[in-house]
Amino acid sequence: MTKVVRTRVEFEGSVSEELALVQGEDAEPWAQGEELVIVGHPQRRVEGIAKVTGRARYTHDLRLPGMLHARMLRSPYPRARVRRVDPSKALALPGVRSVLHRFNAPKAAFRGEETIFREEVRFVGDEVAAVCADSEAIAEEALALISVDYEVLPHVVDLEEAIDEASPRIDEHGNVHDADRHERGDVRKAFKEADAVVEATYRTATQMHNSFETHGAVAVWDGDMLTVHESTQHIFGVRRGLQAALRIPYGRIRVVCDHMGGGFGSKGGVGKYSIVAALFARELGTPVRCVLDRHEENLAAGNRSATLQKVRIAAKGGRINAIAHDSWSNAGQGRWIADPTGPTKSLYDVPNVLTRSYRVLANTGSLAAFRAPGYVEGTFALECAIDELADRIGIDPLALRRLHAASDRDPISGLRYSLKRLVDCYDIGAQEIGWSRRRPKGLRASAPGLRRGLGMASQIWSGGGTPPAYATVHLNPDGTAVVRIGTQDIGTGTRTIVAQICAEALGIAMADVRVEIGDTDSPYAPISAGSLTVASIGPAIRLAAMDARDQLLDVAAGILEVSKAELRVEGGAVVSRGARTPIAKVFEELQNYTVIGKGARLPNSEELVLKTFGAHFAEVEVDPRTGEVVVDRVVAVHDVGRIVNPLTARSQVEGGVIQALGFALSEERVVDRPTGRVMTPGFESYKVPTVKDVPKIVVRFVDAPDTCANNTGTKGLGEPPIIPTAAAVANAVANALGIRVRTLPLTPQRVLDAVEAAPAAKGGEADRRGDRRS
Amino acid sequence: MPRATPVLGPAAVDVTLDVNGHARAIHIRPQRTLLDALREDLGLMGAKKVCDEGTCGACTVLVDGRPVYACMTLAVATAGRAVETVEGLAHDGGLHPVQEAFIAHDAFQCGFCTPGQIMSVVALLRARPDVTADDVKRAVTGNLCRCGAYPNIVAAALAAAKRKK
Repeated sequence: MTKVVRTRVEFEGSVSEELALVQGEDAEPWAQGEELVIVGHPQRRVEGIAKVTGRARYTHDLRLPGMLHARMLRSPYPRARVRRVDPSKALALPGVRSVLHRFNAPKAAFRGEETIFREEVRFVGDEVAAVCADSEAIAEEALALISVDYEVLPHVVDLEEAIDEASPRIDEHGNVHDADRHERGDVRKAFKEADAVVEATYRTATQMHNSFETHGAVAVWDGDMLTVHESTQHIFGVRRGLQAALRIPYGRIRVVCDHMGGGFGSKGGVGKYSIVAALFARELGTPVRCVLDRHEENLAAGNRSATLQKVRIAAKGGRINAIAHDSWSNAGQGRWIADPTGPTKSLYDVPNVLTRSYRVLANTGSLAAFRAPGYVEGTFALECAIDELADRIGIDPLALRRLHAASDRDPISGLRYSLKRLVDCYDIGAQEIGWSRRRPKGLRASAPGLRRGLGMASQIWSGGGTPPAYATVHLNPDGTAVVRIGTQDIGTGTRTIVAQICAEALGIAMADVRVEIGDTDSPYAPISAGSLTVASIGPAIRLAAMDARDQLLDVAAGILEVSKAELRVEGGAVVSRGARTPIAKVFEELQNYTVIGKGARLPNSEELVLKTFGAHFAEVEVDPRTGEVVVDRVVAVHDVGRIVNPLTARSQVEGGVIQALGFALSEERVVDRPTGRVMTPGFESYKVPTVKDVPKIVVRFVDAPDTCANNTGTKGLGEPPIIPTAAAVANAVANALGIRVRTLPLTPQRVLDAVEAAPAAKGGEADRRGDRRS
Repeated sequence: MPRATPVLGPAAVDVTLDVNGHARAIHIRPQRTLLDALREDLGLMGAKKVCDEGTCGACTVLVDGRPVYACMTLAVATAGRAVETVEGLAHDGGLHPVQEAFIAHDAFQCGFCTPGQIMSVVALLRARPDVTADDVKRAVTGNLCRCGAYPNIVAAALAAAKRKK
């Protein structure tokens, strides 16, 4: 039986009402303390051997017979009108097959526009034309032979310059657009009645994903059937994007993503490269590959918006009484923003809140979701401001947070959380880092001249999962199973948790489960983003495996002539009153029989709000003479429901912390204002953390299943661990130095500048302990 | 920006590479990198092209036992030298101890940098079986990992070193 219901869906900070199909009945959740044999135990990645032997095939590695190569010609100007394109010299180069540009390319809808080659190119790197040739080298050579007549237009690339009214207006509706507003209580009154107010401006830099596998696709036509192999977080999203761009039937498009070299949010749908590959492949009747190089990746494949954030925060009677948070995000040419005010609205139980968020257009590449988009930036501002307020009123910053962290209700909707263990995260983390050692003026440093400090910050994020998600489980007569679901493993360990949940629910060994994912010919599963995956697909896989198990028991009851109620499946055998019959034995006389189980994710409760919580604690040492910040230790504690695989969960947290340390200390896209060029397009100039930048990371979980969330008790873990680290580090640096650095990344230069500026400041934004400087 | 370097130079030449103990004859232009020769001419896809400019280490292979960035090495310059790639590590169906340790310690997530990480660790442990965490860090400091598997990479290398002793 299938029925249609309305359900509330949360994705990366925004909540929407959507229709969902309800099919079948849900299972009772695995209870707390229920003895599970595979789920909840450390399991090695099922694709481990493929990855360590070099056998794992990524989109980049695909080589098909007759395959041609496409490359993009990208605008050298941040804003210009493309008046004429002359590809004749490029076409004359031996090995060049075709050139597409705005005057000959078919219309192809892409992100609200009708074409992939704009008349007005809007950032350095915007697509102007594409070449298809026998080899990448020939295609690249041909790019230089395309002659383009540009009419250069005024541009603006910097966030604060774009906000400035005097700057060029690059959009007919202006550069600054309203994005979000939230108000509760009476903020104006609260600030008037406050005992203390802190007002500060925070800035975060543009962070670039730098997935190791760059964006790319290989397109193949077989008659009117298109297959696209793409490095993507959402095969079904790519399918929809291709359907819209190429105007071909959904049923004639198959998207495949086997192994995938990272996405971090930037690979959420179809790209111009996939559309170009499909167009060339159709025109030329042969497979076409279009893969970005590292520099293109950092021009045109998305980024985390730079932000400017102004926070006012007021205390009354030793509590936070009001927060006002205004935020501007550089969306580049993006049509949305990741709202940084999300944590301010929802993390703490504060009665008076006003947030306003703005999208700012600039002549730079569009933003793309980047692991907890908005929340990473916003948590930095909010959690620094809370520490500044705690300092001002002379209270321990963790103690201040505790006053506002215990509420079991979502302050926006007033609804109850399914489960919230934030205070447990505080207790575990404080104990682990030794928070009781913290003093307002920092800790004793390891050497004279150095400063040491402790800091912490909290985290809120979604992660409750959502329908639709479907799975099938085929049980073979030999007792092995194939689980099929249209999800994808972006490196988070999805294949392994699929195998675990299937094996657990079916009662067979993990080694007997084969996982088929990454193909739109499988049942639908959502995007691998928004920390959605485990809590969306897990329940569907469990239901499918239970359905298969139930049918197996029907068969076994008939074959063994035992009542079904007395049978169970355990360790690959049907067990009844002490007798074990291997599944293969049950099917011995039914040789070509296949049991097919299916499962569909049911909607979340309408009465509950599903969130993940956590807290990070950091200990740092700072050299005020060089400005160098060394992070000694990070303690990361997360409340994400049941942990399916402790081995990969720990890796996920460590990875999040490390990426956050890049955001906190070293990663910063630099764009040259006069030319609009990205000056940091490669790893030489854009500093992602290396092995030597990694501190000791202690990972802890409040491993409590959220039995009100879904039948597996799980919530997502992809994004939570990147959220609070930067704020914790910044707070630790402030504790160490007695000086607040409000701009990320905390480069030596910024730290030195803050140290230099400190003695001159008098109260207000600057720290009153600046006189500690030696 | 695409680097629009014209393809120049003398015509293609015959060269025989010794890859994972096998002589492989290929016909390539002299400016072909070892990485392109491995991936495009020999179909060995383990070494990855991530930056193609010597900044990330994902293409690390061994030449005469020393780790090199294959994207910064001309294929013709390796003629007569022993080239080893990740595909050559497993023998008789058994994984190399470093490969096993990488799986046991979950030393990768997306896996794209993994072949390069493994080759750097293999070279280190062959040269110096007795290693500290600092030695490992020095050995893989030129191998970036965007997923942040570093702590597990170090743990895996130390475990493999212990096993080899």
